[in-house]
Amino acid sequence: MAFVVGGLYAAAIYMMLRRSIVKLVIGLVLLSNAANLLIFTASGLTRGAPPLINAGDVLPPGISADPLAQALILTAIVIGFGVLAFAVVLIHRAFEVVGVDDMDKMKDTDT
Amino acid sequence: MNVSVDVLVALPIVLPLLAGALSLVFWRSHAAQRMLGVFGSLGLLVVSVLLLFATWDHGHLVMEMGDWPAPFGIVLVSDMLAAIMVVLTGIIGLATAVYSLSGVSVRHERYGYYPLFHLLLAGVNGAFLTGDIFNLYVWFEVMLVASFALLILGGERAQMEGAIKYVTLNLLSSALFLSAIGLLYGLTGTLNMADIAVKLAEVEDTGLVTVIAMLFMVAFGIKAAAFPFFFWLPASYHTPKVAVSALFAGLLTKVGVYALFRVFTLIFNHDVGYTHEILLWIAMLTMLTGVLGAAAQFEFRRILSFHIVSQIGYMILGLALFTPLAIVGGVFYIMHHIIVKANLFLISGLTYQLKGSHELKQLGGLYRSNPMLAVFFMVPALSLAGLPPLSGFFAKFIIIRAGIEAEAWLAVAVALVVGLLTLYSMVKIWNEVFWKAQPEGVAHAQPASGPLIWMWLPIIGLALMTVMIGLYGQPIFEMAERSAEQLLDTSGYIEAVLGAGYVEALQESRR
Amino acid sequence: MNMQSLILRTAGHFLLPLLLLFSLFLLFRGHNEPGGGFIAGLVAAAAVVLYLFSMDIDAARRVLRVDPRSLLGSGMLLAVLSGVPGIFRGQPFFTAQWWEITVPGLGMVKLSSVLLFDIGVYLVVIGAVLTIMLTLAEAED
Repeated sequence: MAFVVGGLYAAAIYMMLRRSIVKLVIGLVLLSNAANLLIFTASGLTRGAPPLINAGDVLPPGISADPLAQALILTAIVIGFGVLAFAVVLIHRAFEVVGVDDMDKMKDTDT
Repeated sequence: MNVSVDVLVALPIVLPLLAGALSLVFWRSHAAQRMLGVFGSLGLLVVSVLLLFATWDHGHLVMEMGDWPAPFGIVLVSDMLAAIMVVLTGIIGLATAVYSLSGVSVRHERYGYYPLFHLLLAGVNGAFLTGDIFNLYVWFEVMLVASFALLILGGERAQMEGAIKYVTLNLLSSALFLSAIGLLYGLTGTLNMADIAVKLAEVEDTGLVTVIAMLFMVAFGIKAAAFPFFFWLPASYHTPKVAVSALFAGLLTKVGVYALFRVFTLIFNHDVGYTHEILLWIAMLTMLTGVLGAAAQFEFRRILSFHIVSQIGYMILGLALFTPLAIVGGVFYIMHHIIVKANLFLISGLTYQLKGSHELKQLGGLYRSNPMLAVFFMVPALSLAGLPPLSGFFAKFIIIRAGIEAEAWLAVAVALVVGLLTLYSMVKIWNEVFWKAQPEGVAHAQPASGPLIWMWLPIIGLALMTVMIGLYGQPIFEMAERSAEQLLDTSGYIEAVLGAGYVEALQESRR
Repeated sequence: MNMQSLILRTAGHFLLPLLLLFSLFLLFRGHNEPGGGFIAGLVAAAAVVLYLFSMDIDAARRVLRVDPRSLLGSGMLLAVLSGVPGIFRGQPFFTAQWWEITVPGLGMVKLSSVLLFDIGVYLVVIGAVLTIMLTLAEAED
């Protein structure tokens, strides 16, 4: 898993360093996925049952998976989805307005 | 009916959310949205002032959302720093809402200006008040999405270009932030900031802790526009409507600064010699690059944007010195800066309305035509440069004094030089915009129609506030002092969140 | 945008009510079992988006009857307000409140502020997804 995460980060940064804006957005998507997988890996991979507690018990029976990490990733995915949708609309509009798919041509607001 | 005082902690988040939802429901009625904008932010200001008083009395206010006990549930915590920041959000929210009455066109309102405005305020307040690090991430994202959409309202070319840079760098910082949270959770097994602080003290692998600390520093550094990650800010802040610029300038980067203050006092306070040394260098370079960038600019709002960067440096300097007085100075500086900077942006908007340009070369003669505006520009401008008796003087004075006491001579020298250069930029604006005659041959833009009274009100209000902070600084100073005490003595925070005896019980169970 | 596919058109007509019903089922199932407002909202939004693909934007707007932004707003309102009842009992914000009501013919029904929150989420998700999709679809034209 660690190698997958590392590979994703590397690919994401490579894509973000390209000039094309579409590839920039692809890079951002990869980056958020890499972060999600990192949470998944860092919080410990266990092959466990769903953490459901029987009525009356205090602890779940047997080994169970950590639900918090999953909740975090789910939230992060939803947020990532929303932001991605926005980014796609943004590059679409930007392409319409500016007419190029090239970061080097977008220097008007730089100093 | 026994409403506990802790409810106040949730209200600064709930009120803007409700106002935003209502303005979505009244999508068709612009009048209703405007009313909601003003009264919603007025209500927010009232609630936040109440919260400030309650926090002053109780020390910490904690609310466990949904009655799930900490450290398992999400907590909202209000200490002095958070309460002060929420009050400032209320002030800026009200000022921009009033300003928007005549500063935002119907076309922008149709794209959803007001719902986004409320969502932004909710996100900012949520980030200030949460006591859970993942929740902090969520609020950051709420704030960011709202700010993205506000940034491109209107859809001009410059806005698109600015937005792409802004979006990219902020998403990058969010991804780093998320990675850092993941590693931190792997290390400590908890997300509650107080609990993390307790458990991180026992972690033996200090190398990994420092790595995580650096990840947080980079992530929040990007949000706060510190050196060397500040490029997105001057590239985007001058592109949207002025009301939006003022809102961003007042609040957004300060959320990053607040997060730095919170994380580097509460959680990463074990290896101060290493992390805060880096912060010190970041602070100095931020101050210098920001002010030098501003000196080279000739566009009203770009100058101001670069000054945001340089002022961020002062705040981080306060954190980096890490003495009680320096933290007081940092907090005081945040308070002064938010009010002054938002006001300067609003003034640039009014200038634009009067003269039809943001370029210094094309402006002029405003002193002759509008002496009042010139006076109200002088107040925040001189305050920004740090001239007595305005608020900026005391803010800079405290920080520099703390620097002298800590014997950080280089930082003191940089801070003084930057103060002088700030004065230079402000005098430049003054000369070009107000003092010199209206340049010949420039097409005189027709003064905008419509009443400008709503633009004047917030400018006058904020300018008066700047003077008041300068003249009657004692209560403000005491508030900053109290918040610095709370920041440096983390046991109060931890005890308030987790309950007394939690730390002892944890150590007991380890044996 | 308008795809001239007879199969999709015919299926779209039938699938819309079916999918909407299914989404409601998911919403209420989420009360005690897997399901819930988020996934139900996605299903409902998918139903309308399918309709949008098979017909055109105007038809989709007509079948919606309300502006998706109003859905977004009212959903958010509902979700936030569902947290309010708890504070009048001196409990923290968002504390779940349960009411047990006996409805004639149905037996005892448990109502809760959680359900209100879920319905709010349902509306927010529908509203948000449809706002994005309709904006994108309009930009295509």
